Amino acid sequence: MVMQALYDTLKQRFPLGELTVQRDNLAFITVEAVRLYPLLRYLRDHEGFSHLVLLTAVDWLEDGQFQLTYLLNNRAKCQDVGLRVMIPRDKPEMESIHDLWPAAATYQRELREMFGIDFPGSPRLEEEFILEGWHGIPPYRRDFDTLAYARETFRDRPGRETRDPAQHMKQQLYGDKGDV
Amino acid sequence: MKEELLKRIVKTPDGQEIEVDPLLDYYCQEGPTVQPPAYTAIIEKLFNWARSESLWILGFGTGCGAIEMRPLMTPRFDAYRYGIQWRPTPRQSNLFVISGYLSTKTLKRVIRSYEQMQGPKYVVGLGSCTINGGMYWDSYNTIKRLDDYLPVDVYIAGCMPRPEALLAGFEELKKIIRAGKAEGANLYAKNFEWYKANQKSVIHDWDMPDYNW
Repeated sequence: MVMQALYDTLKQRFPLGELTVQRDNLAFITVEAVRLYPLLRYLRDHEGFSHLVLLTAVDWLEDGQFQLTYLLNNRAKCQDVGLRVMIPRDKPEMESIHDLWPAAATYQRELREMFGIDFPGSPRLEEEFILEGWHGIPPYRRDFDTLAYARETFRDRPGRETRDPAQHMKQQLYGDKGDV
Repeated sequence: MKEELLKRIVKTPDGQEIEVDPLLDYYCQEGPTVQPPAYTAIIEKLFNWARSESLWILGFGTGCGAIEMRPLMTPRFDAYRYGIQWRPTPRQSNLFVISGYLSTKTLKRVIRSYEQMQGPKYVVGLGSCTINGGMYWDSYNTIKRLDDYLPVDVYIAGCMPRPEALLAGFEELKKIIRAGKAEGANLYAKNFEWYKANQKSVIHDWDMPDYNW
């Protein structure tokens, strides 16, 4: 109910997408990329959502889209609201919010390195964040084949076996009698 | 290549202009050499006994296994009674415990630290990640076989091995040292090209000298 009220208040000022209420104090709102910045600023300055909890991305490979999730927290009311933004996968670029929350710059550096999403104007964006000397497609994109990369980069030690744990324990405990 | 590693002209305090090439000027240009036993067998045996009784571990935890080393310092396990202690710098240590998964980024630091340790030096691979990749066998960023990059004396299997397993592993290492078979540093010097080629095949931004001593 509380989240619905918040949604209605916001709706009077901003064109909003769909609302998903997860709990009494957690909801997600889908917004367009161009509406995000003013909405974040309004939530921070007028609704008490002063804390940026996280900024993360999801790769919807089949839809050709990246989903960015901005999760905000209102300490006083103990509420969280997440803003979902879909951006096209072939032109992954988003407005930087480092001037609203300086901490966002770190998330944006990470997203650029791991997903290849660009945030023009964000500080130290060009610097390496976690990976060193990475070339090729960013590793968190779903079309990056981790297994194939590991196989061609690192040498296997022969003799590694993989067993189904349930079957293995059955064999160990009951031997050939199996089904007993 | 980082800017501070590039060849450049610098101005000295007294006004001269000199050219510095950090990778050439600040580091040794000689590869490691094989050190054969220097004394008669009986003295070498004494030395090996002494070496085995003072294993000084470099306090560098590379992965989650580092948490298993901390209890060894406490009275419950008390590794110090076996002559094992932890040192803060590679210059003072002779045992490198690779504790768990090793990302390529950490591998770079590990190589630098390992090469700065004085011989004879030993490497213990701790946990299944160092043996065949463990649960990170399909990761894009962690190595699978530690012995491709560093000479390993003992592996301690487990995910994670308990502190008791570490103590048993150290006892095993002592036996190897006393038998004069812990030749890791010599193996590294002998196959230096092979180790370097392996290291460079996974560390893409090689911006450090080949000889870190």
